[in-house]
Amino acid sequence: MMHRLPDVAGEWIDRSRTRAFTFEGKRYEGLAGDTISSALAASGVMILGRSFKYHRPRGILSFANHDVNAMFHVNGVPNVRGDVTPLETDMRVTAVNTIGSLTHDHARWMDKLARFLPVGFYYKAFHSKRLFPRWERMIREFSGLGRLDLNAAHVFTPKRYAFCDVLVVGGGASGLHAALAAARMNSNVLLVDESARLGGSSTDAQTRSLIAQIAENDRIEVLTSTYAAGVYADRWIALVEPTRMSKVRAGAVVIATGAIEQPFVFRNNDLPGIVLASGSLRLLRRHAVAIGKRVAITTCDASGYSTALELIEHGINITHVIDIRESPDSELAARLSKHGVRSLPAHHVVEAHAGRDQCLARVTCAKAGGSTLTFDCDALVMAGSWTPALQLLLQAGGKVMFEEAAQMHLASEIPAGLFVAGRAAGVFGDAAKASQAEQAGVRAASFAHHGIVDAVPHRVGTTSVQMHALQAALGGNVVPSVYPPHPRGKDFVDFDEDLQVKDLGNAIHEGFDSIELMKRYSTVGMGPSQGKLSNTNAARVLASVRDLPIGAVGLTTARPLYHPVPMKHLAGRGFTPERATPIASRHEELGAVWMLAGNWHRPEYYRRSDETRAHTIAAEVAAVRNSVGLIDVGTLGKIEVHGPDAGEFLDRAYAGRYSDMHVGTTRYALLLDEAGTIVDDGVVARLNPQCFYFTTTTSGSAGVYRELLRLNALWRLNCSLVNVTGHRAAFNLAGPRSRDLLAKLTPCALEESSFPYLGVRESRIADVDARFLRVGFVGELGFEIHVPFSQAASVWDALNEQGANLGIRSFGVEAQRALRLEKGHFIIGQDTDGLTNPFEAHAGWAVKMNKRFFIGQRSLRIRQQRGPRQLLVGFEIPEPIAELKESHLVIDGDAIAGRVTSVAFSHTLNTTIGLAMVKPSLAHHGMKLSMRLSDGAIVNATVVPTPFYDRDNRRQKLQEAA
Amino acid sequence: MKLLRCPLNGVRPVSEFAYGGEVRPMPDPDSCSDLEWADYVFNRSGVPGVKREWWCHIASGYWFIAERDTLVDRVLDTYSVDELVRRGGA
Repeated sequence: MMHRLPDVAGEWIDRSRTRAFTFEGKRYEGLAGDTISSALAASGVMILGRSFKYHRPRGILSFANHDVNAMFHVNGVPNVRGDVTPLETDMRVTAVNTIGSLTHDHARWMDKLARFLPVGFYYKAFHSKRLFPRWERMIREFSGLGRLDLNAAHVFTPKRYAFCDVLVVGGGASGLHAALAAARMNSNVLLVDESARLGGSSTDAQTRSLIAQIAENDRIEVLTSTYAAGVYADRWIALVEPTRMSKVRAGAVVIATGAIEQPFVFRNNDLPGIVLASGSLRLLRRHAVAIGKRVAITTCDASGYSTALELIEHGINITHVIDIRESPDSELAARLSKHGVRSLPAHHVVEAHAGRDQCLARVTCAKAGGSTLTFDCDALVMAGSWTPALQLLLQAGGKVMFEEAAQMHLASEIPAGLFVAGRAAGVFGDAAKASQAEQAGVRAASFAHHGIVDAVPHRVGTTSVQMHALQAALGGNVVPSVYPPHPRGKDFVDFDEDLQVKDLGNAIHEGFDSIELMKRYSTVGMGPSQGKLSNTNAARVLASVRDLPIGAVGLTTARPLYHPVPMKHLAGRGFTPERATPIASRHEELGAVWMLAGNWHRPEYYRRSDETRAHTIAAEVAAVRNSVGLIDVGTLGKIEVHGPDAGEFLDRAYAGRYSDMHVGTTRYALLLDEAGTIVDDGVVARLNPQCFYFTTTTSGSAGVYRELLRLNALWRLNCSLVNVTGHRAAFNLAGPRSRDLLAKLTPCALEESSFPYLGVRESRIADVDARFLRVGFVGELGFEIHVPFSQAASVWDALNEQGANLGIRSFGVEAQRALRLEKGHFIIGQDTDGLTNPFEAHAGWAVKMNKRFFIGQRSLRIRQQRGPRQLLVGFEIPEPIAELKESHLVIDGDAIAGRVTSVAFSHTLNTTIGLAMVKPSLAHHGMKLSMRLSDGAIVNATVVPTPFYDRDNRRQKLQEAA
Repeated sequence: MKLLRCPLNGVRPVSEFAYGGEVRPMPDPDSCSDLEWADYVFNRSGVPGVKREWWCHIASGYWFIAERDTLVDRVLDTYSVDELVRRGGA
């Protein structure tokens, strides 16, 4: 049974401060400096949880957070990692995946059913759609890990950006050496480790001195209880801290993540009491916990002996060392025998036996091809099978190769800016690790200072000298065989998923015989520990069955995240920037009901308490038709193009001709894509011979500006573009009284003769510099007023003040849509689609096909020849039809012949009007269209010419104010 | 997040950039056939390899060219449009 020892030099625990906590409702006491797992171990608690599938009892295995045996529900938080989570007073700890109690789990019988639950069981058993929901409920009840508390408090987990020259991942001896070496090169170093303290497995005087140097070094920042969850492009690393995530941009990264000790595979290798050697040493060194009273060790290299000697030194009774090698180091064996340890060379463990307490009680081992021996023990240590922890390297695009001589996967190709140090690089032995890690730190620092982002990855081979040193450090390791399966099974390869050797064998025999297929079919390596303790053994099984070298079998792709990351760290807070015009507060005061247009907030209409929405919009329309209305159009894209070639640029980019415009005039502009499809529109105003000022649609402004910049870069004309969308506010003052109102505020001559329709003037309004554009979008006399952003409010106020006695009314987007529909103007993206060309939208007048070149011209030539696919037509229905909506289909016979693109009841005309995109044979005035409503009913409409209102466009060119 | 070297603004995170598609020389619209033109307008090559791409540094509105190996998503070189013209790519 595990228990606490007297003082161990370098221990992390503080024996003067106790920490009371409960586990499964029972009260225990640990010490400050304990983790949850070590406190339970010190209290003699051997069973920490139940396995995922068979509900087998499980105890401490790696004590390095490499397994999920030590996963707990703590104070309502599921799946807390016990190996690394510091113990705190009053923690309420319970096991995960138990039914009933931990020691008397009601689902223990699942273990007896194992042979009826072969690999691929789900795929084979659950064909029936009818029965599946029932099975699913049952499986979810019996398997799975922690339970979610749906009433848990909502916690915001901050994210921060961090920067460093050199990031060192792993605070073991190698990481410490690398960090110090990089700091000596004047690098700012960030050193992270997932344990509560630095030092890794080691707590000796040498390591403590390194930690002290780190603490004194101003260039090194240390983050403990922090792990690197993912390495992304160009050394962009996600660091998960207990209450925060740091996104780090590192100049260089040193991967000093050590090596992951692998379990041996034999029957019942998962019994509580069977522990990895490195875990037993960490328990001892950090927390003064002895793993048992009668301890056996099974090993395949020299580390089994050194582990034995260290445990003996602290008074732990070692009975046997079971060594797979035929002729282990006789000197080490002799030293152990002095302590009464029996060496069993050329032996391997075949079975572990549980006692009444469901924990390890006896071990049976066998000599190669011969006799077996069974003896009592309460702990079994598995020593010496290592897999360098290169997940982060692989995530970053590195490659590994299996080195037969060392029986491990070692880095073979390392992405630029990454460096591997210590055991992760296959370097074992204190002196060798120190010098190699220092070199890695120095190289990382030089890369960070002189490296370039575009540097290419470098290949690393393992030289024969390095391999010889590795072999010597390991003591001539021989990796234990993992195949064939034990006849009675329960020889686990994957502890997360309860996979036995035969499960993998079956997967392979069923044809899933490549490493990736085997993984997906059997789920090996797909549990929460992501194969840290199973991928290597699974590859060995596959290699044995297929009789291939392990190197030829390969490894599954390692992807982020390294550990499961709590959702709170992954969930972000939405960041959707929204834009408001400078007079948003004025709209608010007027009762604006807001809508989003692109990322702009725009008033849909202005609510009045005594009116319905429809009435309000109709009243806003009426104000424009009868007196004067004011709308904020500051959301339009506004661009200036300057230079001798400005006209030429617009001629090439837009469909019309602009280079021949007179100063002081405006012209409608259509932007096409290379296929000749309409993508945007606006108004171009010529302010002087070398400057045009033009607008784009609200939602198109950013994209149009960017594309125009690209075209300008490509054509290299002598002109340049400036986006003034955010610099200028704009209002449209429209209605028969608009000129009267504007005249009160500007010295600009507004009479028809001096400022005709489609003119542009630069002048002043209410003592503010302004540009006036005479436009007709809503079909009335109208002026667009463009003023600097900062002066917008005072101009808006002045217009409203002076307009009060003219009955001025602000109108929103809905009224504007109704007004433009009465004029038959299309809205790009609503009345046109991703295939509509100008001829189909009756906008051919805005296209100058006889220009030398413009974007879309060549395609339009082809499309013009072929004739229209569809045509935009106006339609009328005499009565209001509220059910007719945009996107309702036009039906011809029993076929779809088009769709409604805009529809509204016009109070001005007292009829329902709309636009529809229909096949050309229906696009004749007087043609009857059948439109299908959502409920299938058909309404009839008549194709009519547009504009619906003021067919001759007299009103927008009004000679005299009404 | 990837880093990209803008010829004007230096090394910046890729979130500051917009991708503008492959650099594809336009055939002469007056002399090419309809088929050649349609190929230029509608067809894109998905074959991985080193491609010349348009990239825009959004904040400064600066367009430049990146040569990127799309097989391994590695940017090999970035340069101005002037340089593209010098190299005969436009």
